[in-house]
Amino acid sequence: MKDDRLVIGGHEFDSRFILGSGKYSLRLIEAAVKDAGAQIVTLAVRRANTREQENILDFIPEGVTLLPNTSGARTAEEAVRIARLSRELGCGDFVKVEIMRDSRYLFPDNQETVRATEILAKEGFVVMPYMFPDLYAARELVDAGAAAVMPLAAPIGSNKGLAAREFIQILIDEIDLPVIVDAGIGRPSQACEAMEMGAAAIMANTALATAGDLPMMAAAFRQAVEAGRKAYLAGPGRVLARGAAASDPLTGFLRD
Amino acid sequence: MVKVNGEDLEFAGKTVAEYLKAADYDRERIAVERNGEIVPRAQYEETVLLEGDCVEVVSFVGGG
Repeated sequence: MKDDRLVIGGHEFDSRFILGSGKYSLRLIEAAVKDAGAQIVTLAVRRANTREQENILDFIPEGVTLLPNTSGARTAEEAVRIARLSRELGCGDFVKVEIMRDSRYLFPDNQETVRATEILAKEGFVVMPYMFPDLYAARELVDAGAAAVMPLAAPIGSNKGLAAREFIQILIDEIDLPVIVDAGIGRPSQACEAMEMGAAAIMANTALATAGDLPMMAAAFRQAVEAGRKAYLAGPGRVLARGAAASDPLTGFLRD
Repeated sequence: MVKVNGEDLEFAGKTVAEYLKAADYDRERIAVERNGEIVPRAQYEETVLLEGDCVEVVSFVGGG
């Protein structure tokens, strides 16, 4: 496990749990990052409020890699614009491309996402596109220069778990980039399952933000992600199609 | 008038730096875009806002 690192765009991480920072108090961020063991934290870019004196950057521990998203973008052009602004904010070259046109289900628009990924990768960004788990789109994202792909497990914020399980498995099997399961993961058991399937990492936000005890849930996710990764590396045992197989010796019974 | 973050303000003829100071922004925590183009931090002092300019001042917030 020592050398089992997550590599994204040439950057190495020991943690495979990416933490969102939305929808909870800035005061909980430090504890969440610590208890999640997270080395990557996502952020959003919005119009600055002058009256608001507190800035999220003051609450994120040193050494954490910031992953700004392009939420609010409805087109590739809007996503590129937000990505450039986030880079100007001076926190590195990572960007999570997130483009949505549907306001009810909040599904990512794969076509626009491919276009934005191509533009931003050429500009030197480490592009991590949030996507609907579609094999053709994932291949186009690879060609466009993505550093990872981030398929949704279920509608964003739903905590419904691995609704797209079969399609995520296909991406894991076919795409030679880290497949990071993003959106919809609601419980540590679901994160663990995705890691057992071979996902490179898990990203969660709402699962923690809506939990009763956020830092404790962060710790639970950390353990689940680590357990799932270990199980994947260990190679899960086979499943019998039917019947049973004894775990005990079939000789030396105390009879006859 | 200059439109800043959707609001019409009387800052035509003033520099970006003057506006940011008047509005009490922390310059280390924001990025500025003018008519769709980023204004690099080093150019705040020399960038004069013109009548009809559209300016966005952004910062990081919590998000997924």
